[in-house]
Amino acid sequence: MCLAVPMKIVEITGDMAVVESAGLRREVGIMLLANARINDWVLIHAGFAISKLSKKQARETLAIFAEGNFFG
Amino acid sequence: MAEKTSLSLLAERLRNFPARPRTKIMEVCGTHTVAIRRAGIQHLLPAGAKLVSGPGCPVCVTPDHFIDEAVALARLGVIVTSFGDMLRVPGSRSSLEQERAAGSDIRAVYSPLDALQIAAATGRETVFLAVGFETTAPAIAAAGMMALEKKIANFSLLTALRLVPPALKALITPPQGDAAAEPTAVPQGDAADTEISGFLLPGHVSAVIGKQAYGFLEKHRLPGVISGFTAEDIITSLLHLLEMHNKGIYKIMNNYPRVVRDHGNERSRTVLAEAFAPVDAEWRGLGSIPASGLQLRPAFAVLDARRRFAIEVEAAPPRAGCRCGDVLRGRIDPPACPMFNKACRPDRPLGPCMVSSEGSCCAWVTYG
Repeated sequence: MCLAVPMKIVEITGDMAVVESAGLRREVGIMLLANARINDWVLIHAGFAISKLSKKQARETLAIFAEGNFFG
Repeated sequence: MAEKTSLSLLAERLRNFPARPRTKIMEVCGTHTVAIRRAGIQHLLPAGAKLVSGPGCPVCVTPDHFIDEAVALARLGVIVTSFGDMLRVPGSRSSLEQERAAGSDIRAVYSPLDALQIAAATGRETVFLAVGFETTAPAIAAAGMMALEKKIANFSLLTALRLVPPALKALITPPQGDAAAEPTAVPQGDAADTEISGFLLPGHVSAVIGKQAYGFLEKHRLPGVISGFTAEDIITSLLHLLEMHNKGIYKIMNNYPRVVRDHGNERSRTVLAEAFAPVDAEWRGLGSIPASGLQLRPAFAVLDARRRFAIEVEAAPPRAGCRCGDVLRGRIDPPACPMFNKACRPDRPLGPCMVSSEGSCCAWVTYG
């Protein structure tokens, strides 16, 4: 149940952000992160960004996700 | 492919590792249980080493009483919203899925924000079943704050949130006498098998609480490794654990630094602590554990569905025959339960460890 998916912030409006990954867009809360910025890669869980990833880390994680091996 | 080669080398290293006899590693997190079984990592363990599942599947550890409360709410005619996994869990008399079939308005959602949106759109009383660990609790706290800010007065929470470190503490320091809630006796001669040698620690819970939250393990002379969810993550974490166990090193290692900061996510913890305070809580299989649950603080009590609807539910009778409690303590493997894959199967589960896709019993049947 602690599943989380890496996505990129493309738009910020107050405490909410639009995140995108592989053409999929979602609106999520960003109040659980300090200093969330546009173009940040973040891990999304239950509709909220819970952790920031570096671009490199996000790419690695996404590649794993694409292989179908990423469960967390 | 270079990656495959490194993975098969890692697998080989694990298979040939000179593990001490009766080494027992507990994977705490249900998402790890599924990842391990799906990748077949249990077959790569060296002789002498064994993996057992722990109490890290929220659906599995939630007591029957909570389902009974949710059913009672649904029967009052309110909209009950929940993460999908909870719907099939049988309470003592009914499940949410059965109630939905009987006409109650029960909706599966991905986020508490979806529940908030349902409340705003319908104007009807909407309850969100707040189940989960430290990964999820800050999101629920934030949704609660938004409900208050936006004055969405028809939104409330039925809480059964749980904290991971107190459950691990309870597992390694069992109470005197048999204070465990469920009367499932440990089989004779099992005692030596119950000792845990180290913990594969949850990745995303740790992203919030950080490495320091597990400092107590070192005092109990137990190693712990925070792990990600790929086969490579898990195998390297197991190698670290086996090595620390062999050498008598009792450290907490962060093997998931691409996501987990050592100090966790302070902002998430602040939001969580603003809305919730620790409270003693009941766990299936582990009984009542001090300060292991979360209750809404007085400033948020208006969101408490138990207060708002004054539901009263009788104490749930013990679940006959189901040994989910022993599975959650790592005392038995699922096939030791007489109902496993016979009376209790993924397509018609009797116990919560078979209902949840992350439950140990379900993972054993699905992936072997």
